Amino acid sequence: MTRAGTATRARSRSRARSGRSAVPAPVLALAAVAAAFFALPLLGLVWRAPWSSAWTYLSAPTVTTALRLSLWCSLWATAASVVFGVPLAWVLARVDFPGRGAVRALCTLSMVLPPVVGGVALFFALGRRGLVGQYLDRWFGFRLPFTTTGVIVAQTFVAMPFLVITVEAALRQLDGRYEEASRTLGASPWYTFRRVTLPAIRPALVAGAVLTWARALGEFGATITFAGNFPGTTQTMPLAVYLALQGSNPESAIILALVLMGVSFAVLVSLRGRWLGAAMGGGPGAGSGRM
Amino acid sequence: MRGPQAGLEAHLQLQLGALDLDVELAVAPGELVALLGPNGAGKTTVLRCLAGLNPLDGGRITLDGAVLDDPAAGVLVEPEQRPVGVVFQSYLLFDRMSVTENVAYGLRARGRPKTEARQVARAWLERLGLADLAERRPGTLSGGQAQRVALARALATDPRLLLLDEPLAALDAGTRTAVRRDLHHHLASFEGMRLLVTHDPLDAFALADRVVIMEQGRAVQAGTLAEVTARPRSRYVADLVGVNLVSGQVEGGELRTPGGVRVVVADAEPGPSYALIRPHSIVLARAGADGGATSVRNQWPGTIIGIERLGDRVRVALDGPLPLTAEITVAALEALALRPGDPVLAAAKATEIEVYPA
Repeated sequence: MTRAGTATRARSRSRARSGRSAVPAPVLALAAVAAAFFALPLLGLVWRAPWSSAWTYLSAPTVTTALRLSLWCSLWATAASVVFGVPLAWVLARVDFPGRGAVRALCTLSMVLPPVVGGVALFFALGRRGLVGQYLDRWFGFRLPFTTTGVIVAQTFVAMPFLVITVEAALRQLDGRYEEASRTLGASPWYTFRRVTLPAIRPALVAGAVLTWARALGEFGATITFAGNFPGTTQTMPLAVYLALQGSNPESAIILALVLMGVSFAVLVSLRGRWLGAAMGGGPGAGSGRM
Repeated sequence: MRGPQAGLEAHLQLQLGALDLDVELAVAPGELVALLGPNGAGKTTVLRCLAGLNPLDGGRITLDGAVLDDPAAGVLVEPEQRPVGVVFQSYLLFDRMSVTENVAYGLRARGRPKTEARQVARAWLERLGLADLAERRPGTLSGGQAQRVALARALATDPRLLLLDEPLAALDAGTRTAVRRDLHHHLASFEGMRLLVTHDPLDAFALADRVVIMEQGRAVQAGTLAEVTARPRSRYVADLVGVNLVSGQVEGGELRTPGGVRVVVADAEPGPSYALIRPHSIVLARAGADGGATSVRNQWPGTIIGIERLGDRVRVALDGPLPLTAEITVAALEALALRPGDPVLAAAKATEIEVYPA
């Protein structure tokens, strides 16, 4: 493990070195504009933030509750996306069935659907009088809307496509001959999936899970229409920020937004070093190369 | 003939893209058979069918009496259920596992405990002289080492039938000879059936008891090396051995090709036959020279399309109604002042042409 880690680091270092000498000037200029485009709004927030009263806003119980709820729900949504999304990606990548293109489009539709509409659609499907929801209620007494589980469902609905797309691409690029070799060695398809396929797509899986988590953490529209806005049960950070902006206290909203961004930034940076560096830097080679 | 129980009996029929495979194949217990043929003949597909990676369209595979694939009867044994081991052309070692884990993989997949699987793997590594590499990653191995690990990995599952796909093709020329000798040694110590695919006659002849020649999805000839080369039955083998092979119908002391060329032959039974004309038994004369007075009954016109020097001999390739390769001395070539494009007459004595039924 340590040897492999060192090798990866050494590779990325040499790539960075050779890359620096070869960047064309226009690329560099445009890249700088893009980076500034992302950085400037953040600087704007930092510039306008009411730092002197930051602690007062942060220590408010609604804020800590919302932050905790946000983390809890987004992690569960990520877990659900992995559990259901990886099999879905596998089927889309490997099983040739009629209408596969349509199914793939369907599964990624929630990326282009305005989240608020997505929330309404979830309501019609899983609400108390919904297509499926009425039976959930009648038979099991189980209600999703306006519950914490409802938040997780809304976030999963909006965020899972990121995982499916990333993992499906990796599976498509994977060299299937290694899986065949595994079968000839006496391994069942499931054992092959666990020991050969999954390790090979792990970088893509981690990258997809991180994207999914980030999307779930920032989810607003579907959550508020499907799960409502109840402090302690369904009021996640983005909802709290929106309320503060609309209400009496826009300064508090800035602080909350900065906290949300700080947390995700820290997670993304720490993951990028450990996992994403290999996943992104390896590019298609990570999947299509040797096992 | 051997009994129906022991060994591999296969009749493989499969349409796969441009390939139309229809091959009958048998491997006796303990036998090492080489499947030899040009690229694209369908050799690898034969292995994939036997391993279960390509289900058959028709035909049947039985191994030691057990049916592995029989589409007519609706029987198909999955790859992981077959007592068949495969050494793939590019070895396909799992890069994320150590050498030991690679070799132990098949046993772990069959549910054997980790320590036991590792012990068996170590024993195999020991046997193949790989003990020092046990904890290495496959990416750090040389081609020959990787091949031996792939062999150990396949053998560790104790297969009845071992399939090897071009085991030497991935190696550079410098190490090939040593690895071939090594492989011969290790293959000889395995007692099961072995089927080796190669496009290199050297590999086939160095490693196998018997060769099966494949061309365009068909098995065109089978036998020991001496049998196959003494009486080629395909253009591929004839080219390999470096002789001229003419196929046609024998009737009244003549073999007539589908193109209408006549070859006078001696002592031949009527029927579809092959005529083998060795290059050194062909005599060349300049076209227009008077050949009517000789005792040579066979004279075919042709045009020189290639001249290749081999030491003090020259191989002259002729195009014409009967494309031939002749072998003459450098002195003869110079005396006749032959050049590519020159029209010539090629002659061969009927008694020097070997004829056998097709």
